[in-house]
Amino acid sequence: MPKFHWEDFTPGQVSEYGPREVTAEEIKAFAAEFDPQPMHLDEEAARASFVGSLCASGWHTCAILMRIIADGFVLDSASLGATGCPEVKWLAPVRPGDRLRVRMKVLATRASRSRSDLGFVDARFDMFNADDLPVMMLTCHMMLGRRPAVS
Amino acid sequence: MRFFEDMHVGERTELGSHTFTAEEIKTFARKFDPQRFHVDEAAAAASHFGRLCASGWHTTAVYMRLFVDFERREADAARARGETPARDGPSPGIRDLRWLKPVYAGDTVSFAREVKELRDATRQPGWGLMVALNTGTNQHGELVFSFVGAKFAERRNKSSAKVDG
Repeated sequence: MPKFHWEDFTPGQVSEYGPREVTAEEIKAFAAEFDPQPMHLDEEAARASFVGSLCASGWHTCAILMRIIADGFVLDSASLGATGCPEVKWLAPVRPGDRLRVRMKVLATRASRSRSDLGFVDARFDMFNADDLPVMMLTCHMMLGRRPAVS
Repeated sequence: MRFFEDMHVGERTELGSHTFTAEEIKTFARKFDPQRFHVDEAAAAASHFGRLCASGWHTTAVYMRLFVDFERREADAARARGETPARDGPSPGIRDLRWLKPVYAGDTVSFAREVKELRDATRQPGWGLMVALNTGTNQHGELVFSFVGAKFAERRNKSSAKVDG
């Protein structure tokens, strides 16, 4: 039985997950597969780019956030996935060696009207580097199973 | 990447399609999103999804690859015409990202982009801001994924001024 169900999330609740360190190797590996732009692929080429030095793809940063919250609570929850993210903002570059942590704030919760076994959790996730600089924020609509009634 | 002046509201571009294999779904998910319905066929079959399906972040990553490849083809075409292609601009973010239906193992998703808005980037001289609706449609014609993305696009005027100067 997973530890966290829909009932465990209440509006205003704040929790922190991470940190997780990002390496140059993983930035380049993700970029080579999914986002082969110069600023994500190679230090030299990144210097000539808009950003000025090697930094992670914004989609890589999203995936890293997912991994941090997966290890933080999702894998030990009755998660049923997510339906979307109303907002995703990339605020500052994520660079090799950054230690990222994530702060989750529950914005709203709602029980499903059509299915008694699940509910929705709207949350805001802020990601910070080791200097406490916000590098990304996103809001997300998550679905979670409800805690089975004790019979 | 095209110049800001060459973009038009309503213009739709097919970015290409991708078939999500079970193996790559699991490989991505093991790194970034190891929920049971993304890493294990049997567990996925027992879940509400009913079958192995891709992490939503895998779908966005594949979209990005097809978008970058498309932009590269446009840049190559510009160079072939003897022109200097526009430089890549960053994205300040996206909104209304929706995972509308699961992307199952074996699904082929076709991605497209439609320009919705073109406006001045007041704090970035020489650049404009392009807002586009990006979509993914599976082999059954069902919309599985969409988001509204913003991206800085270089203005032709500034580029020619640099070449002249």
